[in-house]
Amino acid sequence: MTVTVDWYLILAAVLFVIGAAGLLIRRNAIIMFMSIELMLNAVNLTFVSVGRELQNLAGQFAVFFVLVVAAAEVVIGLAIIVSIFRARATASVDELSEMKG
Amino acid sequence: MSDFLIENIWLVIALPALGAVFLHFFGRRIGEPFAGWIASAMIGSSFVIGLIAAVPFFRGEAHPETVYLFDWIPALGARAELLWDPLSALMVLVVSGVGTLIHIYSVGYMHGDERFGRFFTYLNLFATSMLTLVLANNFAVLFLGWELVGLCSYLLISFWFTRPSAAAAGKKAFIVNRIGDFGFMIALMLVFTTFGTLSYSQVLENPGELLGAGTATAIGLLFLVGAAGKSAQIPLYVWLPDAMEGPTPVSALIHAATMVTAGVYVVARTSPIYALSDTASVAVATIGALTALLAATIAVAQRDIKRVLAYSTISQLGYMFIGVGSAAYVAGVFHLMTHAFFKALLFLGAGSVIHAMADEQNMNKMGGLFGKMKITGWTMGIATLAIAGIPPLAGFWSKDEILGTAFEKGGFYYVLWAIGLITAMITAFYMSRMFILTFLGKPRWDDGVHPHESPFTMTVPLMVLAALTVVGGLVNTPFRLGLEHFLEPAFEGVELAHAPEGALLWILAGVSVLAGVIGILMAAALYLGPEERREGLLARIRRPWFAMENAYWVDQMYGRMIVLPGKKLSNWAAFSFDNRLVDGIANGLGVLVQRVSTALRPLQTGLVRNYALVLAAGAVGLVVWFLSSGGL
Repeated sequence: MTVTVDWYLILAAVLFVIGAAGLLIRRNAIIMFMSIELMLNAVNLTFVSVGRELQNLAGQFAVFFVLVVAAAEVVIGLAIIVSIFRARATASVDELSEMKG
Repeated sequence: MSDFLIENIWLVIALPALGAVFLHFFGRRIGEPFAGWIASAMIGSSFVIGLIAAVPFFRGEAHPETVYLFDWIPALGARAELLWDPLSALMVLVVSGVGTLIHIYSVGYMHGDERFGRFFTYLNLFATSMLTLVLANNFAVLFLGWELVGLCSYLLISFWFTRPSAAAAGKKAFIVNRIGDFGFMIALMLVFTTFGTLSYSQVLENPGELLGAGTATAIGLLFLVGAAGKSAQIPLYVWLPDAMEGPTPVSALIHAATMVTAGVYVVARTSPIYALSDTASVAVATIGALTALLAATIAVAQRDIKRVLAYSTISQLGYMFIGVGSAAYVAGVFHLMTHAFFKALLFLGAGSVIHAMADEQNMNKMGGLFGKMKITGWTMGIATLAIAGIPPLAGFWSKDEILGTAFEKGGFYYVLWAIGLITAMITAFYMSRMFILTFLGKPRWDDGVHPHESPFTMTVPLMVLAALTVVGGLVNTPFRLGLEHFLEPAFEGVELAHAPEGALLWILAGVSVLAGVIGILMAAALYLGPEERREGLLARIRRPWFAMENAYWVDQMYGRMIVLPGKKLSNWAAFSFDNRLVDGIANGLGVLVQRVSTALRPLQTGLVRNYALVLAAGAVGLVVWFLSSGGL
């Protein structure tokens, strides 16, 4: 049994769905953050596997960009969450609905 | 000397302008009486310059000169260019000469007024504007002066603007003049589209080449609309009686001697165009004759001394229109000149009387002033005889020349002559009535009024004007047509109508003198005779007298027919159209946006999960759509 590219794509799809479900279901901001990271990495996985399949380095380049952006996002996002937590002693996003119309 | 001044004839305009600017900034600080003397000196210098520059014309050896200053609006062919010909020279001399006398008079008359300096600012500004008007060599420059004199008229009528009636009179004069200006502007546009320029030199040189009879008639009639507004002719005369709200020297200068003659001047200036259209000329003469008669009948029944003179001015302007409408341009301009002398004199005399009577203008409260005010009485007596057409005073010669020319033209002009003759009789009557009520008979003064002769600043101009009234008519008599010879270069190429010659001339002159004498005798019989006779007559003609006293209710009729609908229309436009429709659209849009956004607000739940769900659903939807439409 050889491991073909399909396996990687299926794994990526599974990881992406887990991340999306986590994002939609959980209320804790940090868990939601982790779900987003999961989705990003699922996409990274498809990039590298398809890149290898097509013998194209562009897939790996894209992953680097995603990693950099994700790192920046985590820095800012965590900073926001920490300061909200300090002010409210909660990280539940349902309580953060001041911007509703 | 003359040559230098002709080349620099703009000085005539610039000096009063300088005075106006200077007094605008420093008039209050300089104060009484020097502000007045500065203004008088400025206009006086203009007169002297004009006189010297006109010397070649007196010698009869010079041609009209154009003085180019600068390009103003090249696209309109409007160059700032002045014309120095006998007609503009005569107008400059009349305007600045009579103007100087009235400036000096005002120094006495405006004594003690809070805004003494400002008054002379306006007077000098008026002189500037009027001199621009008469010196222009270009319809655009003419129009500039035309509008500026209207502005000055407005400023000076409502000079005592704290009185509501004065403020209203100023507005009325301005608005009625705007109606006339409307026609004037259309005439200018027609001139421009026909000739491609507004310069006199090109337009008036030989207008027949480019101008068809129809266009000439249209231009002539439209100029008549403008002239009727400025010169207070039917149907736009209603502003002039109200303009008497202004200080009396203003009435004398602007609303008798100079500004109101601008319409006559324009018709005389554009005579080559009127020569092409009999219709327009007849219209001018007819309007003039009707106005002369109508205003004279109204003047008969007025109680206010200045209103008598105001209606008299309208009536005399009508004579000038008969003159220029009969192609007797010289006669029209001649009457303009003599009228400037005697009407300025009458107004200044009336001002002197009003001054003496502590601002009383009702003639029923005067009487018997002759003994108290010898100079005013004598000078006004001369002016009254002059306007009544008694020889050899100025009014006789000019009025007779106009009437004689109308008679000589024959046909329809017989009617105008007859109207003019009747008007002459009525004029003699109401002027004598005014004189008798004011100066003769028993005093009917209010208690506490002590009439006294006015100071010398006021009486000297009266005496100078009286002298001019006596001799002014002699410049153009049937024996020696001096003025006609003088003005000839200005009317080159225009056929001038003349008064008849020989026996007919004497008969006509006799008839009009007779009319004047009858008028005077009637007034004497009524107002110097026993009171019962007057009461009896007045009781019999009570109704027509009442109508004349109220100026035939023309003001009320205009109010009902024009002003009221106008007010209703603007009310509707302001409170129905603008408030409801225009504002409604603007406010409605705002309300609509507000409603829609209120409806959409609940979409923003503030819950991140909801947004994420919509995002996910959207992504799934997109994928499904891509797949169903045959892949990426």
